[in-house]
Amino acid sequence: MSSESHVAGHGAEPSFRQHHFINAEQQFDTSKLGMWLFLATEILMFGGLFVGYGLMQSVYPEAWVAGHHHLDRIMGAVNTVFLLCSSFTMVMAVHAASQSEKAKTVRYLLGTLVFAAGFLVIKYFEYSHKFHDGLLPGTHFSYHGGGPPQQAMFFGFYFAMTGLHGFHVVVGMALITWIMLRAMRGEFSSAYYTPVDLVGLYWHLVDLIWIYLFPLLYLVS
Amino acid sequence: MADTVATPKAHGHGEHHDVDYLHDGSLLSWMTTVDHKKLGVMYLWSVLFMFFLGGVFALLIRMELFSSDPSKAMMDAQTYNKVFTLHGAIMVFLFIIPSIPAALGNFVLPIMLGAKDVAFPRLNLASFWVYVTGALIAVTAMVTGGVDTGWTFYTPYSTTTDGSVALMTFAAFVLGFSSILTGVNFIATVHKLRAPGMGWFKMPLFVWGMYATAIIQVLATPVLAITLLLLIMERTFGVGVFDPKLGGDPVLFQHFFWFYSHPAVYIMILPGMAIISEVIPTMSQKTFFGYKATAFSSVAIAIVSFVVWGHHMFTSGQSQLAGAIFSFLTFLVGIPSAIKVFNWITTMYKGSISLEAPMLYALMFLILFGIGGLTGLFLGAMSVDIHLHDTYFVVAHFHYVMMGSTAIAFLAGLHYWWPKMFGRMYNESAARIAAVLVFIGFNTTFLPQFLLGSRGMPRRYYNYLPEFTFLHQVSTVGSWILALGFIIMAGYLFASLRKKFDAPANPWHGRSLEWQIASPPITHNFHEVPVVTAEPYDYYRPFEPSVKGHH
Repeated sequence: MSSESHVAGHGAEPSFRQHHFINAEQQFDTSKLGMWLFLATEILMFGGLFVGYGLMQSVYPEAWVAGHHHLDRIMGAVNTVFLLCSSFTMVMAVHAASQSEKAKTVRYLLGTLVFAAGFLVIKYFEYSHKFHDGLLPGTHFSYHGGGPPQQAMFFGFYFAMTGLHGFHVVVGMALITWIMLRAMRGEFSSAYYTPVDLVGLYWHLVDLIWIYLFPLLYLVS
Repeated sequence: MADTVATPKAHGHGEHHDVDYLHDGSLLSWMTTVDHKKLGVMYLWSVLFMFFLGGVFALLIRMELFSSDPSKAMMDAQTYNKVFTLHGAIMVFLFIIPSIPAALGNFVLPIMLGAKDVAFPRLNLASFWVYVTGALIAVTAMVTGGVDTGWTFYTPYSTTTDGSVALMTFAAFVLGFSSILTGVNFIATVHKLRAPGMGWFKMPLFVWGMYATAIIQVLATPVLAITLLLLIMERTFGVGVFDPKLGGDPVLFQHFFWFYSHPAVYIMILPGMAIISEVIPTMSQKTFFGYKATAFSSVAIAIVSFVVWGHHMFTSGQSQLAGAIFSFLTFLVGIPSAIKVFNWITTMYKGSISLEAPMLYALMFLILFGIGGLTGLFLGAMSVDIHLHDTYFVVAHFHYVMMGSTAIAFLAGLHYWWPKMFGRMYNESAARIAAVLVFIGFNTTFLPQFLLGSRGMPRRYYNYLPEFTFLHQVSTVGSWILALGFIIMAGYLFASLRKKFDAPANPWHGRSLEWQIASPPITHNFHEVPVVTAEPYDYYRPFEPSVKGHH
């Protein structure tokens, strides 16, 4: 927006409109379509993992059951609640931004960040527990408690899926921080809150993927 | 959209928006540009460089295969494996996939729609630099150990062999992102940035082809991304998903890989078809025959492309039933492809055909795609494929499609839009000589490979039985003729760039919007937003410009 905005600077033209859009509405619609397309790519990427996971589960059902007993359902459930709450605060942040309520927007975004951080803290404890017990992927698997050897593959999927999801949480936190700073500077109003809206969409997807990951990994039997 | 149009007043603001886009030639302006035209040009030089690099590896392969006598070998078997892998990986990931969409499409698509730019110009810039990053990672992989897996990275070989497989795979992963960004950009541009009056069925067929391509890029590439990530994890942590020793399934890798890479084949061919759909009506001055059928056949190919991946795996041990279904679905692709071919030919019927370089390449495309497409049906038939699988027949088939069709269509587009992109005409006689050499060279190289394959010469082999010597040598000589054609082409194209702007706005008397603006275009493409009333390809009636305000 910065370098092109002078082209758009015609009287009543809003400063956020990029020069190649005819009006703000077209810009908003286009941005939103772009975000949905990006989310489609995310779903397909995770979809590949889900397919591989499901296929291997059908081949080694007993290893999957044995593997999932090492996961802490309570921690997983708490994390699910954290992410659901964070989605709620995100919705409220988008709504507040659309109503030009700056203070509320910032507060709700901060709330979202806190829930996301809580999620990562719990994930950290879960991961360190697995590391300690030697419940690691593939050839690094060194758990001595017995059980089917394919548990090593289960933990391969566990770390691949939660790791990729965790990476998305971290990226989401960076994005939320970014729009929170912009909101503090008063950049958003009912006329323009596209970035808040789009980051919101992304965050809901991160939440949604966890909603699928939780039962798949923690509630196998 | 038409009712919400505000008239942009580009005129009032600083005259520099009216100068051609090449005006500011400083390095920084190129590196940081968000102008789709400059990005298209930067992509163009990048893919041409990669084409050169991949071509050098191709010549090395053919040189090595000139003789079956081990004492005359240029390289050892291990090096040969690396050379053909690099040839394939460079040509597929760094040349063909980005060639038409990211280079020519980036330049032309927004103009054809009457837009000032693509929907997300900064994403477009990001796409380019992600591409460059991916290319650099690929080069690093080449010089730090190389890769000898073939471009398909099949497990378990790829998880056990030495070399920089993980790095090369990561390069393909990064390049996938660049491809996704282009796809997202094009879909959003086509949906939201069409000029007033530019309905879906007034879009040039090039745009339809690009749109179908973009759908595949967006929906298939993420699956490749996760496959390659799993492969990297497999190599680094020994996860075992694809490793039978650890209970994994190597055929799962093939399913994942081809779920992307078969649609990717259409990421490569659809843009080629899209270019032919522009060149033929313009150079024949004829209304396109079967516009809607051709437009929908692009989308049909995109959809069917997602359900045919199993035809790469007839010999992998997948069930016979699955094989039969994949075989049947594969034949379905022949229908929309044939619809296109018939429509191109019918478009030329009784047209006023001019045989300039772009049209020569378009005609070449028709012949070579005919051969490449029909031999694809041989391979799609299970019983025949069992015999021909992994032979030179397959090599010849996909080179007729990838090189003979896509790369030739790319050359058609390059010659067609060169005057628009750079504002200069190339030497037409030299271009025709090069075109003839390319045609002869290509067929001399690859026709013998059909024979080699049907007689049992396996692909990817470093050496061969003495009875294959003659056909291999013919093929190698063909590669030299092909190289000569490309050297001449490089000569006249570079020579044209040394001239002053001499290209007319509309050298081929085309009707789409890019021919109604200056050559080279001004920075913002149009002085005023065009209002489209004419049909595309309405050569049956006098020309009615949609673009106003041009001098």
